[in-house]
Amino acid sequence: MNNLIVSPTALAFAVVLVVIALVINLKEKIGLERDMIIGVIRAVIQLTIVGYVLTYIIKIDRIWLTGLMVAIIIFNAALNANKRADGIPHAFIISLLAIATSTLVTILLLVLAGAVRFTPSQIVPVSGMIASNAMVAIGLAYRSMNTSFHDQRQGVLERLALGANLKQASAHIVQMAIRTGMAPTIDSAKTVGIVSLPGMMSGLIFAGVDPTKAIMYQIMVTFMLLAATSIGSVIACYLAYPRYYNSDMQLSDKSSNSAK
Amino acid sequence: MTEPIFDVQGLGYKNGKNQILHDMTVQIAKGANLTIAGPSGSGKSTFLRLLATLLTPTSGTVMFNGKDQSTYPKPLYRQQVSYCFQQPTLFGETVRDNLAFPFEIRGQNFDEQKALAALDSVELTAEMLDQPIIELSGGEKQRVALVRNLLFKPQVLLLDEISAGLDVDTKGVVHRLIQSYRESGVTVLSVTHDETEIAAADDLLRIRDGRIEVPTHE
Repeated sequence: MNNLIVSPTALAFAVVLVVIALVINLKEKIGLERDMIIGVIRAVIQLTIVGYVLTYIIKIDRIWLTGLMVAIIIFNAALNANKRADGIPHAFIISLLAIATSTLVTILLLVLAGAVRFTPSQIVPVSGMIASNAMVAIGLAYRSMNTSFHDQRQGVLERLALGANLKQASAHIVQMAIRTGMAPTIDSAKTVGIVSLPGMMSGLIFAGVDPTKAIMYQIMVTFMLLAATSIGSVIACYLAYPRYYNSDMQLSDKSSNSAK
Repeated sequence: MTEPIFDVQGLGYKNGKNQILHDMTVQIAKGANLTIAGPSGSGKSTFLRLLATLLTPTSGTVMFNGKDQSTYPKPLYRQQVSYCFQQPTLFGETVRDNLAFPFEIRGQNFDEQKALAALDSVELTAEMLDQPIIELSGGEKQRVALVRNLLFKPQVLLLDEISAGLDVDTKGVVHRLIQSYRESGVTVLSVTHDETEIAAADDLLRIRDGRIEVPTHE
Protein backbone atom coordinates (compact mmCIF):
# COMPACT_ATOMS: atom_id res chain seq x y z
CA MET A 1 0.00 0.00 0.00
CA ASN A 2 2.69 2.43 1.03
CA ASN A 3 4.51 2.68 -2.31
CA LEU A 4 4.49 6.48 -2.27
CA ILE A 5 7.79 7.84 -1.08
CA VAL A 6 8.86 11.42 -1.57
CA SER A 7 12.37 11.75 -0.19
CA PRO A 8 13.78 15.09 1.00
CA THR A 9 16.13 14.93 -2.02
CA ALA A 10 13.19 14.52 -4.38
CA LEU A 11 11.44 17.48 -2.72
CA ALA A 12 14.61 19.56 -3.06
CA PHE A 13 14.66 18.77 -6.79
CA ALA A 14 11.01 19.86 -6.99
CA VAL A 15 12.19 23.32 -5.94
CA VAL A 16 13.57 23.58 -9.48
CA LEU A 17 9.93 23.83 -10.63
CA VAL A 18 9.41 26.83 -8.36
CA VAL A 19 12.59 28.40 -9.76
CA ILE A 20 11.24 27.95 -13.31
CA ALA A 21 8.03 29.76 -12.30
CA LEU A 22 10.07 32.53 -10.64
CA VAL A 23 12.29 33.01 -13.68
CA ILE A 24 9.26 33.31 -15.97
CA ASN A 25 7.76 35.78 -13.51
CA LEU A 26 10.84 37.97 -13.42
CA LYS A 27 11.44 37.81 -17.16
CA GLU A 28 7.85 38.77 -17.97
CA LYS A 29 7.74 41.42 -15.20
CA ILE A 30 4.51 39.93 -13.80
CA GLY A 31 5.42 41.14 -10.32
CA LEU A 32 4.26 38.07 -8.40
CA GLU A 33 7.71 36.87 -7.27
CA ARG A 34 7.27 38.14 -3.70
CA ASP A 35 3.84 36.49 -3.35
CA MET A 36 5.20 33.33 -4.93
CA ILE A 37 8.15 33.07 -2.50
CA ILE A 38 5.88 33.80 0.47
CA GLY A 39 3.40 31.21 -0.85
CA VAL A 40 6.09 28.55 -1.17
CA ILE A 41 7.54 29.24 2.29
CA ARG A 42 4.09 29.28 3.89
CA ALA A 43 3.08 26.07 2.11
CA VAL A 44 6.19 24.26 3.39
CA ILE A 45 5.82 25.53 6.97
CA GLN A 46 2.02 25.10 7.17
CA LEU A 47 2.01 21.63 5.62
CA THR A 48 4.88 20.46 7.80
CA ILE A 49 3.12 21.65 10.95
CA VAL A 50 -0.24 20.24 9.89
CA GLY A 51 1.43 16.92 9.06
CA TYR A 52 2.65 16.58 12.64
CA VAL A 53 -0.64 17.89 14.08
CA LEU A 54 -2.67 15.43 11.99
CA THR A 55 -0.44 12.56 13.03
CA TYR A 56 -1.05 13.48 16.67
CA ILE A 57 -4.81 14.00 16.27
CA ILE A 58 -5.25 10.72 14.40
CA LYS A 59 -3.15 8.91 16.98
CA ILE A 60 -5.03 10.07 20.08
CA ASP A 61 -8.46 10.06 18.30
CA ARG A 62 -10.52 12.38 20.55
CA ILE A 63 -13.83 13.90 19.42
CA TRP A 64 -13.09 17.30 20.98
CA LEU A 65 -9.71 17.51 19.28
CA THR A 66 -11.20 16.55 15.91
CA GLY A 67 -13.88 19.21 16.46
CA LEU A 68 -11.26 21.79 17.38
CA MET A 69 -9.28 21.04 14.22
CA VAL A 70 -12.44 21.42 12.11
CA ALA A 71 -13.21 24.71 13.89
CA ILE A 72 -9.70 26.01 13.15
CA ILE A 73 -10.08 25.07 9.48
CA ILE A 74 -13.45 26.88 9.27
CA PHE A 75 -12.11 29.94 11.12
CA ASN A 76 -9.11 30.25 8.78
CA ALA A 77 -11.31 29.79 5.71
CA ALA A 78 -13.60 32.58 6.95
CA LEU A 79 -10.60 34.85 7.56
CA ASN A 80 -9.44 34.26 4.00
CA ALA A 81 -12.89 34.76 2.43
CA ASN A 82 -13.16 38.00 4.42
CA LYS A 83 -10.07 39.32 2.62
CA ARG A 84 -11.95 39.01 -0.68
CA ALA A 85 -14.92 40.97 0.68
CA ASP A 86 -13.12 44.26 0.07
CA GLY A 87 -14.89 46.14 2.82
CA ILE A 88 -18.35 44.52 2.90
CA PRO A 89 -19.42 45.21 6.51
CA HIS A 90 -19.45 42.16 8.82
CA ALA A 91 -17.97 40.00 6.05
CA PHE A 92 -15.99 37.88 8.52
CA ILE A 93 -19.07 36.88 10.53
CA ILE A 94 -21.02 36.27 7.33
CA SER A 95 -18.21 34.13 5.91
CA LEU A 96 -17.87 32.22 9.17
CA LEU A 97 -21.60 31.44 9.25
CA ALA A 98 -21.65 30.45 5.58
CA ILE A 99 -18.56 28.24 5.72
CA ALA A 100 -19.47 26.68 9.07
CA THR A 101 -23.00 25.86 7.91
CA SER A 102 -21.94 24.47 4.53
CA THR A 103 -19.14 22.39 6.07
CA LEU A 104 -21.11 21.06 9.02
CA VAL A 105 -24.30 20.29 7.05
CA THR A 106 -22.32 18.44 4.37
CA ILE A 107 -20.26 16.50 6.92
CA LEU A 108 -23.37 15.62 8.91
CA LEU A 109 -25.09 14.24 5.80
CA LEU A 110 -21.99 12.27 4.84
CA VAL A 111 -21.66 10.80 8.33
CA LEU A 112 -25.38 9.97 8.52
CA ALA A 113 -25.18 8.31 5.12
CA GLY A 114 -22.20 6.30 6.28
CA ALA A 115 -20.00 7.70 3.52
CA VAL A 116 -17.41 8.86 6.02
CA ARG A 117 -16.82 7.79 9.58
CA PHE A 118 -16.41 10.21 12.46
CA THR A 119 -12.73 9.59 12.85
CA PRO A 120 -10.07 12.29 12.59
CA SER A 121 -8.41 10.61 9.60
CA GLN A 122 -11.61 11.10 7.61
CA ILE A 123 -13.34 14.12 9.14
CA VAL A 124 -10.37 16.49 9.12
CA PRO A 125 -9.34 16.08 5.45
CA VAL A 126 -12.95 16.10 4.25
CA SER A 127 -13.67 19.26 6.29
CA GLY A 128 -10.60 20.89 4.79
CA MET A 129 -11.76 20.09 1.27
CA ILE A 130 -15.27 21.38 1.89
CA ALA A 131 -14.21 24.54 3.74
CA SER A 132 -11.58 25.47 1.17
CA ASN A 133 -14.00 25.07 -1.74
CA ALA A 134 -16.67 27.05 0.10
CA MET A 135 -14.05 29.72 0.86
CA VAL A 136 -13.09 30.08 -2.80
CA ALA A 137 -16.75 30.15 -3.90
CA ILE A 138 -17.63 32.81 -1.31
CA GLY A 139 -14.58 34.91 -2.21
CA LEU A 140 -15.59 34.87 -5.88
CA ALA A 141 -19.18 35.69 -4.99
CA TYR A 142 -18.07 38.70 -2.91
CA ARG A 143 -15.93 39.96 -5.76
CA SER A 144 -18.79 39.59 -8.21
CA MET A 145 -21.18 41.46 -5.87
CA ASN A 146 -18.71 44.30 -5.35
CA THR A 147 -18.21 44.71 -9.08
CA SER A 148 -21.93 44.48 -9.90
CA PHE A 149 -23.06 46.91 -7.21
CA HIS A 150 -20.47 49.36 -8.54
CA ASP A 151 -21.08 48.89 -12.28
CA GLN A 152 -24.86 48.52 -12.04
CA ARG A 153 -25.41 51.24 -9.46
CA GLN A 154 -27.79 53.20 -11.71
CA GLY A 155 -29.90 50.11 -12.42
CA VAL A 156 -30.20 49.36 -8.70
CA LEU A 157 -31.14 52.99 -7.99
CA GLU A 158 -33.87 52.81 -10.62
CA ARG A 159 -35.27 49.61 -9.15
CA LEU A 160 -35.36 51.25 -5.72
CA ALA A 161 -37.01 54.35 -7.18
CA LEU A 162 -39.71 52.15 -8.73
CA GLY A 163 -40.51 50.84 -5.26
CA ALA A 164 -38.56 47.59 -5.17
CA ASN A 165 -37.53 46.22 -1.80
CA LEU A 166 -33.86 45.42 -1.22
CA LYS A 167 -34.22 41.80 -2.31
CA GLN A 168 -36.00 42.75 -5.53
CA ALA A 169 -33.48 45.53 -6.27
CA SER A 170 -30.53 43.18 -5.75
CA ALA A 171 -31.88 39.85 -7.06
CA HIS A 172 -30.05 40.00 -10.39
CA ILE A 173 -26.75 40.83 -8.66
CA VAL A 174 -27.15 38.11 -6.02
CA GLN A 175 -27.99 35.51 -8.68
CA MET A 176 -24.93 36.49 -10.71
CA ALA A 177 -22.71 36.34 -7.59
CA ILE A 178 -23.94 32.83 -6.67
CA ARG A 179 -23.38 31.68 -10.27
CA THR A 180 -19.86 33.15 -10.23
CA GLY A 181 -19.07 31.53 -6.89
CA MET A 182 -20.25 28.10 -8.00
CA ALA A 183 -18.79 28.22 -11.51
CA PRO A 184 -15.39 26.63 -10.69
CA THR A 185 -17.03 23.74 -8.80
CA ILE A 186 -19.55 23.13 -11.59
CA ASP A 187 -16.84 23.34 -14.27
CA SER A 188 -14.73 20.99 -12.25
CA ALA A 189 -17.66 18.54 -11.87
CA LYS A 190 -18.22 18.65 -15.63
CA THR A 191 -14.60 17.96 -16.49
CA VAL A 192 -13.59 15.64 -13.68
CA GLY A 193 -11.98 12.54 -15.11
CA ILE A 194 -11.66 13.94 -18.63
CA VAL A 195 -9.50 16.97 -17.82
CA SER A 196 -8.48 16.68 -14.19
CA LEU A 197 -7.84 13.71 -11.99
CA PRO A 198 -8.58 15.35 -8.67
CA GLY A 199 -6.28 15.38 -5.68
CA MET A 200 -8.18 12.97 -3.47
CA MET A 201 -8.61 10.35 -6.17
CA SER A 202 -5.02 10.71 -7.35
CA GLY A 203 -3.82 10.50 -3.76
CA LEU A 204 -5.72 7.28 -3.14
CA ILE A 205 -4.45 5.72 -6.38
CA PHE A 206 -0.90 6.86 -5.54
CA ALA A 207 -1.30 5.19 -2.16
CA GLY A 208 -2.25 1.91 -3.83
CA VAL A 209 -6.06 1.94 -3.43
CA ASP A 210 -8.05 0.20 -6.17
CA PRO A 211 -8.86 2.95 -8.75
CA THR A 212 -12.55 1.94 -8.87
CA LYS A 213 -12.81 2.53 -5.10
CA ALA A 214 -10.87 5.77 -5.43
CA ILE A 215 -13.35 6.86 -8.11
CA MET A 216 -16.32 6.15 -5.86
CA TYR A 217 -14.75 8.38 -3.24
CA GLN A 218 -14.17 11.06 -5.86
CA ILE A 219 -17.82 10.92 -6.96
CA MET A 220 -18.80 11.46 -3.34
CA VAL A 221 -16.34 14.37 -3.08
CA THR A 222 -17.75 15.94 -6.26
CA PHE A 223 -21.30 15.76 -4.89
CA MET A 224 -20.30 17.07 -1.49
CA LEU A 225 -18.41 20.02 -2.99
CA LEU A 226 -21.41 20.91 -5.17
CA ALA A 227 -23.62 20.93 -2.09
CA ALA A 228 -21.12 22.82 0.06
CA THR A 229 -20.36 25.57 -2.46
CA SER A 230 -24.03 26.15 -3.20
CA ILE A 231 -24.97 26.28 0.50
CA GLY A 232 -21.98 28.53 1.27
CA SER A 233 -22.50 30.93 -1.66
CA VAL A 234 -26.23 31.26 -1.05
CA ILE A 235 -25.83 31.98 2.67
CA ALA A 236 -22.96 34.44 2.13
CA CYS A 237 -24.69 36.33 -0.72
CA TYR A 238 -28.06 36.60 1.00
CA LEU A 239 -26.45 37.82 4.22
CA ALA A 240 -24.08 40.21 2.41
CA TYR A 241 -26.31 42.03 -0.10
CA PRO A 242 -28.26 44.09 2.50
CA ARG A 243 -24.89 45.52 3.63
CA TYR A 244 -24.77 47.56 0.41
CA TYR A 245 -27.75 49.62 1.61
CA ASN A 246 -28.37 51.98 4.50
CA SER A 247 -31.32 51.88 6.87
CA ASP A 248 -33.31 54.19 4.54
CA MET A 249 -33.16 51.58 1.76
CA GLN A 250 -30.71 53.67 -0.25
CA LEU A 251 -27.49 52.44 -1.81
CA SER A 252 -24.68 53.20 0.60
CA ASP A 253 -21.46 54.87 -0.52
CA LYS A 254 -19.72 51.52 -0.22
CA SER A 255 -21.27 50.37 -3.50
CA SER A 256 -19.91 53.36 -5.42
CA ASN A 257 -16.27 52.71 -4.56
CA SER A 258 -16.09 49.02 -3.82
CA ALA A 259 -15.00 47.60 -7.17
CA LYS A 260 -11.28 47.76 -7.60
CA MET B 1 -54.43 76.29 -1.63
CA THR B 2 -55.89 72.80 -1.35
CA GLU B 3 -54.40 70.39 1.16
CA PRO B 4 -50.70 70.09 0.31
CA ILE B 5 -49.44 66.73 -0.89
CA PHE B 6 -45.94 67.85 0.17
CA ASP B 7 -45.23 70.15 3.08
CA VAL B 8 -41.50 70.82 3.08
CA GLN B 9 -40.15 72.60 6.16
CA GLY B 10 -36.56 73.81 6.53
CA LEU B 11 -35.23 71.12 4.25
CA GLY B 12 -31.44 70.89 4.05
CA TYR B 13 -29.05 68.37 2.56
CA LYS B 14 -25.35 68.10 3.17
CA ASN B 15 -23.07 65.68 1.33
CA GLY B 16 -19.90 65.41 3.38
CA LYS B 17 -18.80 69.01 3.92
CA ASN B 18 -20.78 70.24 0.94
CA GLN B 19 -24.09 71.88 1.86
CA ILE B 20 -26.22 71.33 -1.25
CA LEU B 21 -29.66 72.49 -0.05
CA HIS B 22 -30.33 75.14 2.61
CA ASP B 23 -33.46 75.59 4.66
CA MET B 24 -36.04 75.07 1.90
CA THR B 25 -39.65 75.60 2.87
CA VAL B 26 -42.38 75.04 0.34
CA GLN B 27 -45.85 73.54 0.10
CA ILE B 28 -46.95 71.70 -3.00
CA ALA B 29 -50.66 71.26 -3.62
CA LYS B 30 -52.31 67.98 -4.59
CA GLY B 31 -52.63 67.86 -8.36
CA ALA B 32 -50.11 70.68 -8.89
CA ASN B 33 -48.01 70.91 -12.02
CA LEU B 34 -44.82 72.43 -10.67
CA THR B 35 -41.86 73.27 -12.86
CA ILE B 36 -38.50 73.49 -11.09
CA ALA B 37 -35.83 75.59 -12.75
CA GLY B 38 -32.39 76.87 -11.89
CA PRO B 39 -28.76 76.75 -12.96
CA SER B 40 -26.86 73.46 -13.19
CA GLY B 41 -25.65 72.33 -9.77
CA SER B 42 -28.17 74.47 -7.91
CA GLY B 43 -29.73 71.45 -6.17
CA LYS B 44 -32.84 70.76 -8.29
CA SER B 45 -32.20 67.04 -8.71
CA THR B 46 -31.19 66.72 -5.06
CA PHE B 47 -34.52 68.31 -4.09
CA LEU B 48 -36.43 65.77 -6.21
CA ARG B 49 -34.38 62.87 -4.84
CA LEU B 50 -35.11 63.99 -1.29
CA LEU B 51 -38.83 64.03 -2.10
CA ALA B 52 -38.42 60.53 -3.58
CA THR B 53 -36.56 59.26 -0.45
CA LEU B 54 -33.60 58.33 -2.64
CA LEU B 55 -31.66 60.69 -0.35
CA THR B 56 -32.32 61.44 3.30
CA PRO B 57 -32.52 65.08 4.48
CA THR B 58 -29.80 66.16 6.88
CA SER B 59 -32.16 68.80 8.32
CA GLY B 60 -35.83 69.69 8.10
CA THR B 61 -38.84 67.54 7.28
CA VAL B 62 -40.91 66.46 4.31
CA MET B 63 -44.55 65.71 5.07
CA PHE B 64 -46.39 63.62 2.49
CA ASN B 65 -50.19 63.63 2.77
CA GLY B 66 -49.84 65.00 6.29
CA LYS B 67 -47.38 62.36 7.54
CA ASP B 68 -43.62 62.52 7.79
CA GLN B 69 -42.23 60.76 4.71
CA SER B 70 -39.82 58.78 6.90
CA THR B 71 -42.75 56.98 8.55
CA TYR B 72 -43.91 55.34 5.31
CA PRO B 73 -42.51 51.95 4.27
CA LYS B 74 -40.01 52.96 1.56
CA PRO B 75 -41.18 50.62 -1.24
CA LEU B 76 -44.83 51.68 -0.84
CA TYR B 77 -43.88 55.38 -0.68
CA ARG B 78 -41.70 55.14 -3.78
CA GLN B 79 -44.47 53.38 -5.69
CA GLN B 80 -46.66 56.42 -4.93
CA VAL B 81 -43.95 59.06 -5.44
CA SER B 82 -42.40 57.93 -8.68
CA TYR B 83 -39.02 59.35 -9.67
CA CYS B 84 -37.98 59.35 -13.36
CA PHE B 85 -34.29 59.65 -14.12
CA GLN B 86 -32.78 61.94 -16.75
CA GLN B 87 -30.83 59.11 -18.36
CA PRO B 88 -32.69 55.95 -17.41
CA THR B 89 -31.17 52.50 -17.46
CA LEU B 90 -33.29 49.67 -18.82
CA PHE B 91 -33.02 46.23 -17.19
CA GLY B 92 -32.57 42.73 -18.50
CA GLU B 93 -32.69 41.82 -22.17
CA THR B 94 -35.95 43.09 -23.60
CA VAL B 95 -38.61 45.75 -23.14
CA ARG B 96 -40.81 43.02 -21.60
CA ASP B 97 -38.28 42.53 -18.76
CA ASN B 98 -38.67 46.23 -17.91
CA LEU B 99 -42.42 46.31 -18.01
CA ALA B 100 -42.70 43.07 -16.01
CA PHE B 101 -40.70 44.57 -13.12
CA PRO B 102 -43.44 46.87 -11.73
CA PHE B 103 -45.80 43.85 -11.65
CA GLU B 104 -43.13 41.68 -10.03
CA ILE B 105 -42.42 44.10 -7.18
CA ARG B 106 -46.16 44.29 -6.43
CA GLY B 107 -46.43 40.51 -6.42
CA GLN B 108 -48.71 40.51 -9.48
CA ASN B 109 -48.66 38.49 -12.68
CA PHE B 110 -47.55 40.36 -15.79
CA ASP B 111 -50.58 41.85 -17.55
CA GLU B 112 -49.57 41.94 -21.22
CA GLN B 113 -52.65 43.87 -22.36
CA LYS B 114 -51.94 46.59 -19.83
CA ALA B 115 -48.28 46.73 -20.92
CA LEU B 116 -49.26 46.96 -24.62
CA ALA B 117 -51.76 49.74 -23.90
CA ALA B 118 -49.04 51.61 -21.99
CA LEU B 119 -46.60 51.21 -24.89
CA ASP B 120 -49.30 52.48 -27.25
CA SER B 121 -49.76 55.56 -25.07
CA VAL B 122 -46.19 56.60 -25.93
CA GLU B 123 -46.59 55.57 -29.59
CA LEU B 124 -44.52 52.40 -29.30
CA THR B 125 -45.83 49.33 -31.13
CA ALA B 126 -46.78 45.93 -29.69
CA GLU B 127 -43.78 44.37 -31.48
CA MET B 128 -41.57 46.53 -29.30
CA LEU B 129 -42.44 44.38 -26.25
CA ASP B 130 -39.95 41.66 -27.16
CA GLN B 131 -37.37 43.93 -28.71
CA PRO B 132 -33.87 43.74 -27.20
CA ILE B 133 -33.15 46.94 -25.29
CA ILE B 134 -29.78 47.38 -27.01
CA GLU B 135 -31.67 48.02 -30.27
CA LEU B 136 -33.67 50.94 -28.86
CA SER B 137 -32.90 54.60 -29.63
CA GLY B 138 -32.43 57.11 -26.81
CA GLY B 139 -35.97 58.43 -27.26
CA GLU B 140 -37.45 54.91 -27.23
CA LYS B 141 -35.51 54.05 -24.06
CA GLN B 142 -36.82 57.16 -22.31
CA ARG B 143 -40.40 56.32 -23.35
CA VAL B 144 -40.07 52.70 -22.13
CA ALA B 145 -38.64 53.99 -18.83
CA LEU B 146 -41.54 56.41 -18.46
CA VAL B 147 -44.05 53.65 -19.17
CA ARG B 148 -42.28 51.55 -16.52
CA ASN B 149 -42.90 54.33 -13.99
CA LEU B 150 -46.52 54.82 -15.04
CA LEU B 151 -47.85 51.25 -15.45
CA PHE B 152 -49.31 51.69 -11.99
CA LYS B 153 -50.58 55.24 -11.54
CA PRO B 154 -48.61 57.03 -8.79
CA GLN B 155 -49.85 59.99 -6.75
CA VAL B 156 -46.77 62.03 -7.65
CA LEU B 157 -44.51 62.00 -10.67
CA LEU B 158 -41.02 63.47 -10.21
CA LEU B 159 -39.44 64.15 -13.59
CA ASP B 160 -35.73 64.92 -13.57
CA GLU B 161 -35.09 66.59 -16.94
CA ILE B 162 -36.55 63.61 -18.74
CA SER B 163 -37.08 65.45 -22.03
CA ALA B 164 -33.51 66.81 -22.22
CA GLY B 165 -31.86 65.56 -25.38
CA LEU B 166 -35.08 64.18 -26.89
CA ASP B 167 -36.17 65.11 -30.41
CA VAL B 168 -39.20 67.35 -30.89
CA ASP B 169 -41.58 64.49 -31.78
CA THR B 170 -40.60 62.38 -28.77
CA LYS B 171 -40.88 65.41 -26.48
CA GLY B 172 -44.41 65.92 -27.82
CA VAL B 173 -45.34 62.27 -27.08
CA VAL B 174 -43.88 62.46 -23.57
CA HIS B 175 -45.58 65.78 -22.80
CA ARG B 176 -48.97 64.53 -23.98
CA LEU B 177 -48.67 61.42 -21.77
CA ILE B 178 -47.69 63.46 -18.72
CA GLN B 179 -50.50 65.92 -19.41
CA SER B 180 -53.01 63.05 -19.46
CA TYR B 181 -51.77 61.83 -16.07
CA ARG B 182 -51.88 65.35 -14.70
CA GLU B 183 -55.48 65.70 -15.80
CA SER B 184 -56.28 62.47 -13.97
CA GLY B 185 -55.05 64.05 -10.71
CA VAL B 186 -51.38 63.06 -10.58
CA THR B 187 -49.15 65.74 -9.05
CA VAL B 188 -46.26 66.45 -11.40
CA LEU B 189 -42.95 68.06 -10.43
CA SER B 190 -40.57 68.49 -13.33
CA VAL B 191 -37.02 69.78 -13.36
CA THR B 192 -36.12 71.49 -16.63
CA HIS B 193 -33.67 73.83 -18.31
CA ASP B 194 -35.94 74.25 -21.33
CA GLU B 195 -36.96 77.93 -21.59
CA THR B 196 -40.18 77.04 -23.46
CA GLU B 197 -41.23 74.68 -20.66
CA ILE B 198 -40.31 77.31 -18.04
CA ALA B 199 -42.31 79.97 -19.87
CA ALA B 200 -45.32 77.63 -20.13
CA ALA B 201 -45.16 76.54 -16.47
CA ASP B 202 -48.35 76.59 -14.37
CA ASP B 203 -46.27 76.99 -11.21
CA LEU B 204 -42.60 77.74 -11.10
CA LEU B 205 -40.05 77.08 -8.36
CA ARG B 206 -36.63 78.55 -8.97
CA ILE B 207 -33.68 77.13 -7.06
CA ARG B 208 -30.31 78.86 -6.93
CA ASP B 209 -27.32 77.80 -4.82
CA GLY B 210 -29.50 75.35 -2.92
CA ARG B 211 -32.11 77.94 -1.95
CA ILE B 212 -35.57 78.70 -3.24
CA GLU B 213 -35.27 81.87 -5.27
CA VAL B 214 -38.91 82.61 -6.02
CA PRO B 215 -41.63 80.89 -4.01
CA THR B 216 -44.18 78.92 -5.92
CA HIS B 217 -47.41 80.73 -6.77
CA GLU B 218 -50.79 79.11 -7.03
